[in-house]
Amino acid sequence: MVLVFAEAVNGHLKKAAFEAVTYGSQTAQLLGSQCVALTLGNVENAGQLGIYGASKVYNVAGSNLANFDSQVFTSVIAQAAEKLGATVVVISHTSTGKSLLGRLAARLNAGSVAGAKSLPDISGGGFKVTKGVYSGKAIATYEISSPIKLISLGGNEIPLQSTGNEVAIETLELTVPASRTKVIEVKRQEGIVPLPEAVTVVSAGRGMKGPENWGIVEDLAKVMGATTACSRPVADADWRPHHEHVGQTGVAIRPNLYVAIGISGAIQHLAGVNQSKVIVVINKDPEAPFFKAADYGVVGDLFDVVPRLTEAMRKFKAS
Amino acid sequence: MKILVCVSKTPDTTSKISFTADGTKFNDAGITYIMNPYDEWYALVRACELVEKNGGTVTLINVGGPQNDQTIRKGLAIGATDAVRIDADPNSSLFIAKQIAEYAKEQHYDIIFCGKESIDYNGSEVGGMVAEFLDLPFISFASKLEITGSTATLNRDIEGGVEILEVETPFVVSAAKDMAEQRIPNMMGIMKAKSKPFVVVPPVDFPDLAVPVKYVLPKEKTGVRLVSPDNMEELVRLLHEEAKVI
Ligand SMILES: Cc1cc2nc3c(=O)[nH]c(=O)nc-3n(C[C@H](O)[C@H](O)[C@H](O)COP(=O)(O)OP(=O)(O)OC[C@H]3O[C@@H](n4cnc5c(N)ncnc54)[C@H](O)[C@@H]3O)c2cc1C
Repeated sequence: MVLVFAEAVNGHLKKAAFEAVTYGSQTAQLLGSQCVALTLGNVENAGQLGIYGASKVYNVAGSNLANFDSQVFTSVIAQAAEKLGATVVVISHTSTGKSLLGRLAARLNAGSVAGAKSLPDISGGGFKVTKGVYSGKAIATYEISSPIKLISLGGNEIPLQSTGNEVAIETLELTVPASRTKVIEVKRQEGIVPLPEAVTVVSAGRGMKGPENWGIVEDLAKVMGATTACSRPVADADWRPHHEHVGQTGVAIRPNLYVAIGISGAIQHLAGVNQSKVIVVINKDPEAPFFKAADYGVVGDLFDVVPRLTEAMRKFKAS
Repeated sequence: MKILVCVSKTPDTTSKISFTADGTKFNDAGITYIMNPYDEWYALVRACELVEKNGGTVTLINVGGPQNDQTIRKGLAIGATDAVRIDADPNSSLFIAKQIAEYAKEQHYDIIFCGKESIDYNGSEVGGMVAEFLDLPFISFASKLEITGSTATLNRDIEGGVEILEVETPFVVSAAKDMAEQRIPNMMGIMKAKSKPFVVVPPVDFPDLAVPVKYVLPKEKTGVRLVSPDNMEELVRLLHEEAKVI
């Protein structure tokens, strides 16, 4: 059986949770088995997991699950895996998932793949999964040999697939330990799709000259329904918030479309964005290294080009 | 305060990555190795700052062969008190974490630091594994850590924001950007490092449960298609009709 931990924020499942269940149900199909989803704490739309292939959805309730604590969540997920007899456990490669993956691997004595890119290859009785390594510069195939296999699925790696219907939630009685951490405050920008989940990202760099010029970037992002990002020097100079910084030392992203404005394309920047499906680069320097990693390029002054692109997008969206 | 910092050795961030012809091993010809930046700049430096302020020791731990000694010495030059190398050629994160946990379990560290991930395998797993083996809280991707008495206040980076939380020592933490500023070792540090305690201990037996068996390079981009800056309608059309991303 494939057990998927479906992650929620503020009582609502994340897109990553639906992706994980889609992945889990396709894996279950390969194995001739079933996909079961697990939600923790209060989750309002958990039944929707059935649409993406969960044959059952379990919920564990408990006030200790209201805030995330890797130790508490690990204990509960591991108990569920043991009780339900899971042979594959799937979670999302999000900040929550990354806090859980190592713990679960140690707890379940499971071989793990962090940030999986593909469904398992089970030919020849093996169990092989690919993932990005060297900060996106290469792809490695991992072979898992333990009885329980553990996978965290990378964001935007698999298209959502609806195959079924909503299912009823069943309660699972497990021991929920007390948390040894105390959450004081969560500051989250509301109303935007967080970068790791974003399908479209508009990103800008030092070519913008100063924070006062970001209006044109925000306008473009708004028209495209994109999340904004920036290069490291821009975040370091406090032109933009820290959580917008993408690249080797920032957030690694894999959107369908990455629009890079006034960013030179240094190797450390590319490390965090080169897994984007399509890259558009706008830069006045035809020699900017980013053009080598781009699918589409515009050589021009961003202060002219970006407003024009926004206008063209607006017309397209309206048509 | 007794602190352990887990460090790994990785190819330099500007390295051109390649593999042996059969795709089974990393080709390290011409590669310069460094201490994993998150381990060095954020975890190790913050650990040193805490000890400089509150007293105590910072022990550096690495699981690897003698070729890692130079990297470990650099950590001592930056400010660690002493170092341990578990003498093994590791193939999996669970093996590495097991070695660290076995060493740490008798030592009663107040804080165990890791970097948020290594820039080679990008697993982000070792910290959580060590925490689970030792039954300790684990705070991942921390961009700030202050400590008063035995209570630590941390900022944990989450999607689109930050979570502020408190935890009592002992705990395990993985360090992200902004936790500290990179330090360049000075001459005095480099001289002192030579005489700092550095022990090598044998590994415990532990199986590899997940190992990389094959590597490939991603498909090269076929070449950029340039669009005239005067014709953004054309770019929109291409993104819609050809790339199908809008
Ligand atoms: C270990 C390490 C880790 C790093 N990690 C990261 C990371 O995670 N993320 C990251 O981004 N960087 C990272 N860096 C920094 C990286 O090396 C580059 O310095 C950085 O990405 C450059 O940012 P930029 O492209 O915004 O600025 P610049 O390199 O200054 O490029 C600005 C670009 O804007 C263009 N431009 C200027 N004016 C205009 C205009 N009017 N119209 C159009 N184009 C214009 C220029 O031609 C130029 O190409 C790291 C560096 C190191 C050493």
